[in-house]
Amino acid sequence: MSDTTEQGLESIDFSHYPDSRGHFGPYGGRFVAETLMAALDELEAAYQRYRNDPDFVAEFEHDLKHYVGRPSSLYYAERWSKQLGGAKIYLKREDLNHTGAHKVNNTIGQALLAKRMGKRRVIAETGAGQHGVATATVAARFGMQCVVYMGAEDVQRQAPNVFRMKLLGAEVRAVEAGTRTLKDAMNEAMRDWVTNIDDTFYIIGTVAGPHPYPAMVRDFQAIIGEEAKRQILDMEGRLPDALVACVGGGSNAIGLFHPFLEDRDVAMYGVEAAGEGIATGRHAAPLAAGRPGVLHGNRTYLMETDDGQIVGTHSISAGLDYPGVGPEHAWLKDIKRVNYVSVTDAEALDAFEQLTRLEGILPALESSHALAYGAKLARQMRKDEVIVVNLSGRGDKDINTIATLKGITL
Amino acid sequence: MSRIAETFARNRASGRKTLVTFITAGDPQPQVTVPLLHRLVEAGADILEVGVPFSDPMAEGPVIQAACERALQHDVSSEDVFAMVREFRQKDQQTPIVLMGYLNPVEAMGHERYAERAAAAGVDGVIVVDLPPEEGEDFNRALEARGLDLILLVAPTTTPARLQRICDAARGFVYYVSLKGVTGADSLDIDSVTAKVEEIRKVTELPVGVGFGIRDAESAARVASAADAAVVGSAIVRLIGENQSDIDALYDRVASLVGEMRRAMDATGEPA
Repeated sequence: MSDTTEQGLESIDFSHYPDSRGHFGPYGGRFVAETLMAALDELEAAYQRYRNDPDFVAEFEHDLKHYVGRPSSLYYAERWSKQLGGAKIYLKREDLNHTGAHKVNNTIGQALLAKRMGKRRVIAETGAGQHGVATATVAARFGMQCVVYMGAEDVQRQAPNVFRMKLLGAEVRAVEAGTRTLKDAMNEAMRDWVTNIDDTFYIIGTVAGPHPYPAMVRDFQAIIGEEAKRQILDMEGRLPDALVACVGGGSNAIGLFHPFLEDRDVAMYGVEAAGEGIATGRHAAPLAAGRPGVLHGNRTYLMETDDGQIVGTHSISAGLDYPGVGPEHAWLKDIKRVNYVSVTDAEALDAFEQLTRLEGILPALESSHALAYGAKLARQMRKDEVIVVNLSGRGDKDINTIATLKGITL
Repeated sequence: MSRIAETFARNRASGRKTLVTFITAGDPQPQVTVPLLHRLVEAGADILEVGVPFSDPMAEGPVIQAACERALQHDVSSEDVFAMVREFRQKDQQTPIVLMGYLNPVEAMGHERYAERAAAAGVDGVIVVDLPPEEGEDFNRALEARGLDLILLVAPTTTPARLQRICDAARGFVYYVSLKGVTGADSLDIDSVTAKVEEIRKVTELPVGVGFGIRDAESAARVASAADAAVVGSAIVRLIGENQSDIDALYDRVASLVGEMRRAMDATGEPA
């Protein structure tokens, strides 16, 4: 175990992580083929140069305000909270962003970086299609060539998003290798990058991958938590008692959590996909049931066999269907700053229905995992306590999945 | 002297270029691997690179990806690969064996235990595609303590500063990845390969092997004229995939391709 896990939690300065080589305690790092090392050095140098550059920051903030529509609202779900009979639940409405999810915060940041680095071609991996759509969107806006890799199975179950990407001018390449889902799409995007390294920028959609991606994507997504903090102070006059967010790779969760890490009284819950139940083995919960290993450029918790082969995952939500997790989450689990829990397909669907019927909001199935745990937590808390749940995306993309489950043909 | 160093020294002394052949362990079936390794040596291979199958082989093109999938259908594990090497060593104590794979199966076993088991089986060197020297210090120490070489890759994108660092940490030989891309990609550009090999030779005494993009006898010979060793992977593995239903034909066709490469390399090699 790392030094940090033996230190008292109180003495950790979260702003010092990752270290200069991208490590969060024993996790993170840069585990890639040699061909990519120079490109990652170049990316890191560009990111360090521009992250505090006034022109870059101004352009990023301008686009978040006028193109994405930020700040996203913090909405008190009063009817739902009252029905649950416990704590007040506030929803951070990332579903109201342009393109319908938090993903666009990061794709704008990376596209602005790509532009400054002179890269005219962007590539991305996608599971549910939300990151693919967000990448295709910024590529259209900045006039960049865009290729999105998507597992062949996901291409089938997320057909509307595939069509959206094509309308936006992106080329969607279905990946037939391996389990034909998100992890295989990421493998194929890495292969593209290594082949076209001179002119191509790889826009990774989550807080995983080789350094500097986990830190960079976190920084672009931290706007979620920064806004939520200001908003809850305005509305409640104090910090929340708990934060809840779903965790696949973990970008919306880190975005909400990170600005609150130093606020020790704010409890945090990262919700993984338990699929059909952790005990069945058919889930996507590496923090609950995996162990540390190395995949896609970083050391983190993984779902794998005893021999180190990565195993297929299951979740009703394509965006959580990934056998790894961002390295900062792995570290936050070990040092016990964040509680990682899990929610089954059935519980997520139940939360989806509740929010739809009681608040008139269709949440994404990914976000429904956070909502389900938020409801569980609220019931155990007092009425004067406050929970913020990240409603990371809207559920329109999932209506085909829901209809199929109900036996309805649209 | 290690088997790898001995092989290069012997070949250098006789003017013979070193031919490194790659197959994935357990492809298309576990029982094919050891006999195939012996056939490769008979056909002229000097060093055997053996792929350890992995579920997510990020640096491989479609040909070697398919080989990993075929091997994993038989659940070929790291221990199975070590067992194959042990069996090979019963008849051949001379030909070096280098394992090539990805880090996660090594992590699953633990660095020390992996090095221990590999050494006991008769492995001579290890290539871990996704382990750059910056992250590889622990594993490198574990290998070195047991006399195994950690063979490191140099790419066309490697900067001079990194090249020095890699060559300082490398043992056995330096493996130059001749093109930007995955295994089995387009054919290589011999002029740029020659230039890079010269750059590498300025910073290390180690032999230089060149791989990626060698598809036939002619390209093997051209690479051999520029470097110490030619590494051939996808061209062989493609034949394995095409002949998986007829194992006798598989042995013969692979041996025939390797034999052609051997002869072409010998024809261009300088006389001793």
